[in-house]
Amino acid sequence: MEHYYQPEIETASRETLTRIQNDRLVKTVKRVYENVPLYRQRMDEAGVRPEDVKGIEDLRKLPFTQKQDLRDTYPYGMFAVPMDDVVRLHASSGTTGKQIVVGYTQKDLDMWGECVARMLSAIGAEKKDKLHVAYGFGLFTGGFGLYEGARRMGCTSIPVSSGNTARQLTIMQDFESDILACTPSYAMYLGESAEKAGIDTKALPLRAGIFGAEPWTEEMRKGIEKSLNIKAYDIYGLTEIMGPGVSFECSCQAGMHVNEDHFIIEILDPETHEPLPDGQKGEIVFTCLDKEAFPLIRFRTKDIGTVTHEKCACGRTFVRMSKPMGRTDDMLIIRGVNVFPSQIETVLLQTGQSPNYQIIVDRVGALDTLEVQVELSEEQFSDRVSDISRVERDLTERLKSLLGIAAKVTLVSPGTVPRSEGKAKRVVDKRRF
Amino acid sequence: MFIKQLSVFVENKQGALSKIISLLSAGGINMRAVSIADTQDFGVLRVIVNDVEKATAILKDQNVIVSASDVIAVQLKDEPGALAAVLELLSAGGVNVEYLYAFVTPATASGAYLVLRARNNAKAEKILLDNGVPMIGEEEIRAM
Repeated sequence: MEHYYQPEIETASRETLTRIQNDRLVKTVKRVYENVPLYRQRMDEAGVRPEDVKGIEDLRKLPFTQKQDLRDTYPYGMFAVPMDDVVRLHASSGTTGKQIVVGYTQKDLDMWGECVARMLSAIGAEKKDKLHVAYGFGLFTGGFGLYEGARRMGCTSIPVSSGNTARQLTIMQDFESDILACTPSYAMYLGESAEKAGIDTKALPLRAGIFGAEPWTEEMRKGIEKSLNIKAYDIYGLTEIMGPGVSFECSCQAGMHVNEDHFIIEILDPETHEPLPDGQKGEIVFTCLDKEAFPLIRFRTKDIGTVTHEKCACGRTFVRMSKPMGRTDDMLIIRGVNVFPSQIETVLLQTGQSPNYQIIVDRVGALDTLEVQVELSEEQFSDRVSDISRVERDLTERLKSLLGIAAKVTLVSPGTVPRSEGKAKRVVDKRRF
Repeated sequence: MFIKQLSVFVENKQGALSKIISLLSAGGINMRAVSIADTQDFGVLRVIVNDVEKATAILKDQNVIVSASDVIAVQLKDEPGALAAVLELLSAGGVNVEYLYAFVTPATASGAYLVLRARNNAKAEKILLDNGVPMIGEEEIRAM
């Protein structure tokens, strides 16, 4: 039986959801026009008055928000409430430039908790369950986001935070964690470490995991489910919009339901900005419907994905989005060919390689070079050189046929590809443009 | 009669081989024979050691890929044609040799040991046995 946190909303009819969205969008647009100078200026420039927006069909009249806008207004320029009402700040990691700061009112935190609690219910969590949060607690939204959800749901949260793998495993055993939340690459690492430490994961109470904050594939999901003996679920979010819980997987593991009473998702052609139909890949754009402190309008995420309005077997009516299939900006252009790291990962996992890999792009003379360092597994090792060379050759051929350009495959020893306890560093681009 | 050989994956980078050998030496492992097969991108180190289990554990613990496989160790006389005779026997019997290397110890004052891996080890062993070629086993390796 499917569990819902708020069935009346989660399974509401499209008419009801549209009515909620219309009502909330009108209020939010009015509020940002009155309180956020950048939005007032942009709307004035576009000749849009708040009263021109009567519902979601008028969304396209509104200007976009770009990441650069958030940097330009750093730190508090986009806040729509007085600092008095802000009870928490979070910030993005700042790896791609100046960091950005976001704020939450008490009501925003309640809403965040509600979104995450819906996911917890969807994956069968109950009040008696213990949620082991191995996301970092700090300015990063991961740790606190899951914590808000557990609190709202009434689960016991174990805020372990990230790092110290041996301690994570001890706590997992001794505290009897039921559900794990962390990045998928760290979940893989925990699985590997458990095996190495001789821990029988089948004997642990752990039964589900919530993994997000970085791209992962179906193959990786299978790997995590096997090594930790759990069901692995995807969660999506971004600091700019809220943090984890903007959308979430249900028990069907078939796309992530967007919390549509709080956020509007659009899939747009990145060039023309025209909306794309279900199933077509485009840039994911979000609008906050009822956030108070940091309500962004039409924020361009640079994530590429698809949506489907098809009915989900779980009974939820929220639209489902795919896993992000790459970014409009992490796309590598190598010898003029567009390459997404996720494509390379798919090949590695399909051929039974370790998900620990690193892509190294360089330029020798005028020619771009692509090297993929892959950790050789024990199963693939042999005393015969020809067997190992075959693994290398097979990978090289598959990569070439998928990517359309040649990649040099280098087999390395296990544990040598740098792995972090936060986001995995998959791509090293040494080229200077 | 087979002996165990350890095969170790060696990355093609400075210090990789030295690290592996140092690990073994620090663990008190004595090597009877050593050989390396290299390609442009990586190498496979093949060693005969006095304690296979211990050496395997030491390397695995340091994330080094290692596997143990059966090889044949033939006792060779120190005279022209000794190796040729063995290879001719195998070839006549239709056995392909994948790789081979040789080693000497103080115990083999006159002669050497030939380590070989055939595509079909069992068949190779039978041919050598049938022809009275002397081979040594795990016990002799440990006792060296």
